[in-house]
Amino acid sequence: MSELKQTFNSSLGKKLIMALTGLFLSLFLIVHLGGNLLLFSNDNGYSFNMYANFLTHFPPIEVIAWLLYATIIIHAIYALLLTVKNRQARPVGYAVTPKAPASWSSKNMGLLGSILFLFIVIHMGDFWYKYKYTHSVGFKEYRTNLSTGERTVNDFTPQKDDFEHSQTFDGDVEIIKVKDLHTKVAESFSMPVYVIIYVIAMIALSYHLLHGFQSAFRTLGWVHRKYLPIIQFIGTWLFAVIIPLGFAAMPIVYFIQSLK
Amino acid sequence: MSANGNMNLTLKVWRQKNSQTAGKFETYKAENISPDMSFLEMLDVVNESLIHAKQEPINFDHDCREGICGMCSLYINGRPHGPKRAITTCQLHMRSFKDGETITIEPWRAAAFPVIKDLAVDRSAFDRIQQAGGYISVNTGGVPDANEIPIPKVIADEAFNSATCIGCGACVAACKNGSAMLFTSAKISQLGMLPQGQPERYRRVQSMVSQMDAEGFGSCTNTGACEAECPKEITLTNIARMNFDFFSAKLFREEEIGEVNHGG
Repeated sequence: MSELKQTFNSSLGKKLIMALTGLFLSLFLIVHLGGNLLLFSNDNGYSFNMYANFLTHFPPIEVIAWLLYATIIIHAIYALLLTVKNRQARPVGYAVTPKAPASWSSKNMGLLGSILFLFIVIHMGDFWYKYKYTHSVGFKEYRTNLSTGERTVNDFTPQKDDFEHSQTFDGDVEIIKVKDLHTKVAESFSMPVYVIIYVIAMIALSYHLLHGFQSAFRTLGWVHRKYLPIIQFIGTWLFAVIIPLGFAAMPIVYFIQSLK
Repeated sequence: MSANGNMNLTLKVWRQKNSQTAGKFETYKAENISPDMSFLEMLDVVNESLIHAKQEPINFDHDCREGICGMCSLYINGRPHGPKRAITTCQLHMRSFKDGETITIEPWRAAAFPVIKDLAVDRSAFDRIQQAGGYISVNTGGVPDANEIPIPKVIADEAFNSATCIGCGACVAACKNGSAMLFTSAKISQLGMLPQGQPERYRRVQSMVSQMDAEGFGSCTNTGACEAECPKEITLTNIARMNFDFFSAKLFREEEIGEVNHGG
């Protein structure tokens, strides 16, 4: 076994992979939330659809996206490997439930992670897969008058099957034809079952990151009384409160809007 | 409670003949127990009555009975070394329990700590981790002057705190993963922080972690249960320190420990 292989096969090496992939995924959440806040821009989905189109047609983002999918899978596989080994380390359990004071989330990272993995499969199957690989997502045509800034929107059905998007000009009017993910999102979020799945998943995300973010720094060995409080603050308020709340607000707000 | 203030208790004790046979809980009465007895003295009293009744006494580990040897263990009512913080079982007094209480006593549970008999487990895995690198090389000769090597007070204190680990195994017993990282990291820290420990620093961390993995301990989830249950209050910071040294050694240093065949 080579030195490097040995490193990543050791208990600490596996934890290093968990920490690095976990932090990368946390970082992604900031970007993902930032972009998806466009759902609240109240412009008939113009900015959100343009953003979705940009993400799927800008090659560097494509590369990062596949890196991201790989990261999710690596994080899950290593979690599984570590869990199996941890279970083997105590073949006979205790009769009395351990009473050591340890946070609930720290003891249930596997359960929370499994909920999140299931959610990611549902979430990507519903939006990412349908957007990229099926024709179930419709199109919108946005006409923007460049001098007055006025914008009109219409449904649009492309003639060719492989049509993706187009930008043309008619005098002062910019005509953009783009896939309408916004309507797909609004449809999904009008269904109570989706709202419930999303809210449960975001609660799981909150608890997962409440422990996970600061634990990753401990695993990396970056613990110091000077910056540990900062990491704990960010882990708690940004990753366990603001981010899950921001994401959960999307299905909730869209569901309420769908009732009108 | 009896007139003299003594207690009567019910004990549920894990009895297991040896590492090969399956064990089970047996119930015993511990009667007329003084609240001032230590937990181990209470077990001595129970054993005395068992011997008088021509029964096999309960096997448990003990030695110094003053909280410094690390020999006593016992998982008492769901906690290593019982309900009190920062003490060993020999320092636990019966006044920490209520008269008439049922106390469940289990051995440390870990694949790397096989039961020898009843409540006694084999902790020689810790010895092997220590032997893998928990030492420093010194020149022989005359006794060096005290304070010959300047060491900052904070560093000396921190190394000393790590060195207070008595190797009892409560960290492994408390950890949901049966991880030995608190022990191993304390042993690595106590040497790695001091100037005398520098020559072997990056080989030591690799060798000791490698041995720890080979013994079949789990890994760390940073739940903090070990830190909470440690009779010597060894902190989680030791684990972070070990991780940092391990990754530095593996990824950025020249020191290698070569082929290790026991896998990860």
